[in-house]
Amino acid sequence: MHPFPGLVSGRDMREIIRFTVNGDLTETGVPTHYTLLETLRYILGLTGSKQGCDKGDCGACTVLLDGEAVLSCLLPVQEAEGRSVITVEGLAAGPHPSPLQDAFDLTGAAQCGFCTPGILCSASQLLSENQSPNREDIAQALSGNLCRCTGYTKIFEAVEVAAEATRLGLAPADVLTARRSSDTDSSTLAHFQSPQIVTGK
Amino acid sequence: MLRLHPYEYHRPETVDEAIALLVEHSGDVMPIAGGTDLVPNMKHKLFTPGHLVSLRGIAEMQDIAEDDDGFTIGATASLDRVARDARALRALPSLARACSLVSGPQLRRMGTIGGNVCLDTRCTYYNQTLFWRKALGYCLKKDGTACHVVKGGTRCVAAHSADTATALLPLEAELRIVGPDGERTTPITAFFTSDGVWNRRMEPGELLVSIRVPRPASNTRHSFQKLRARDSIDFPMLNLAVRVDFSEDHLVADLQMVASAMGSYPRRLGKMGVVAAGRWLTAELIDQLAQEAFRQCHPLDNMPIDAEWRRAMVPVLVRRALSEITD
Ligand SMILES: Cc1cc2nc3c(=O)[nH]c(=O)nc-3n(C[C@H](O)[C@H](O)[C@H](O)COP(=O)(O)OP(=O)(O)OC[C@H]3O[C@@H](n4cnc5c(N)ncnc54)[C@H](O)[C@@H]3O)c2cc1C
Ligand code: SF4
Ligand code: FES
Ligand code: FES
Repeated sequence: MHPFPGLVSGRDMREIIRFTVNGDLTETGVPTHYTLLETLRYILGLTGSKQGCDKGDCGACTVLLDGEAVLSCLLPVQEAEGRSVITVEGLAAGPHPSPLQDAFDLTGAAQCGFCTPGILCSASQLLSENQSPNREDIAQALSGNLCRCTGYTKIFEAVEVAAEATRLGLAPADVLTARRSSDTDSSTLAHFQSPQIVTGK
Repeated sequence: MLRLHPYEYHRPETVDEAIALLVEHSGDVMPIAGGTDLVPNMKHKLFTPGHLVSLRGIAEMQDIAEDDDGFTIGATASLDRVARDARALRALPSLARACSLVSGPQLRRMGTIGGNVCLDTRCTYYNQTLFWRKALGYCLKKDGTACHVVKGGTRCVAAHSADTATALLPLEAELRIVGPDGERTTPITAFFTSDGVWNRRMEPGELLVSIRVPRPASNTRHSFQKLRARDSIDFPMLNLAVRVDFSEDHLVADLQMVASAMGSYPRRLGKMGVVAAGRWLTAELIDQLAQEAFRQCHPLDNMPIDAEWRRAMVPVLVRRALSEITD
């Protein structure tokens, strides 16, 4: 059944789009004037990617298109034909959150969570190109993603923790514990939110 | 949520196919490259063509090529690619910088240099939803008869806001345009008009295919400066491109300044070469040029940022540009 029946009109001109979504080959009929974001959310039911401004300002709709972080709210769905799309729901290879998602959860880098799916996609591209990014690299990579809650400090820390964990083959929790014990900050490690907020599921 | 109107989307693979589609659907069609300007504008119902012709699948429009005399940049090369191109960074640093300062990282991966040159002009009273525009009363640029910026004005003065176009003017770039009647080359200095409603000299059915940028002479320096609210994503509140040609004894031989994000086209400021020629580029000359630029620039209330403050920033940008060049 269509996840949001009210949004799709039977009168819309439709087109078949074939593309890979989070590793699965997908073939689906889409109204010709849909963006990739609307297709993901309202045809495929993948509501992790958020519809924020819907006009290119905020980055909440960021997904990976053939590995590059782009704005799905501005992409006519036909441009995804034959290509591979990864959304927040597909960032983890298995059933558990990826190190990046885990680091966001542990540090409190995801508060309301609205910006999180887009930020995770931009950060994933950064980490795939640069395993030891400095703060400036991280700020630059995330400069097209607006977060109104965190003030970015925890986000930067989460990306650093994820990069270090991946480089050293450690769990993000261990990297973070080591960092915390060397500062004056004695706050205990906690998963701040339910994991849904970082996995989009 | 901003919905698009129904349309048919075409994905040609050659320039000829694209032009045939533009001719076939003439009057109800627009080309789309990265879509980062056109899609928001369509969501605001500023354009509602029944057909879109995508330029992204046209291989012959994507290349960046270098030869002895300069560069040929395909119109659909992404801003991100031009900004990072090692050859462009070396030979055309002001252009690479302009590309790197357009919007944010995701938009630069999608947006193209050709789409940037063809960017629609912008205005506080225009880049708004249909609901918003209807509530205020439509304006000259779209469906109305009055201008909200210049009261009683009969011409639209929406701001030319394309960073790369400003940088391309003093580089003496030429635009290769192909249409149903064949091909033409036009200097970018002759491409823009002062009409804010549609400021490009391009006929329906024509496409910008590539941009030719001659290699700057070894005694020439360029600088590009941009003023914006947030350095991460915003459109320009002011743009300034400066070019200085030095003589063999390091005196200024000629000096050009192009300013934009004020009126509807990137404008070459007058007298700069006359004031500077034959002199050393000293702090005193820089001050004099900064004052001259201030006198000639009059930002308008076409964006939600105080016009007087933007004007006061003109000499600041001139000093930044010329200090970069003397460094
Ligand atoms: C949040 C946000 C911030 C932005 N900030 C900036 C900024 O700071 N500076 C800036 O300059 N721009 C900015 N932009 C606008 C835009 O992202 C860029 O100008 C981009 O380069 C446009 O290129 P495009 O390929 O996406 O154009 P499109 O949207 O595809 O096209 C723009 C226009 O040009 C026409 N067109 C495109 N290519 C051709 C061609 N080859 N031949 C003929 N016509 C063509 C289209 O029909 C359309 O009318 C911003 C946009 C957003 C959403
Ligand atoms: S300058 Fe005037 S006519 Fe042009 S878009 Fe703005 S309000 Fe409309
Ligand atoms: S929803 Fe796409 S940028 Fe805001
Ligand atoms: S966590 Fe709320 S906007 Fe970023």
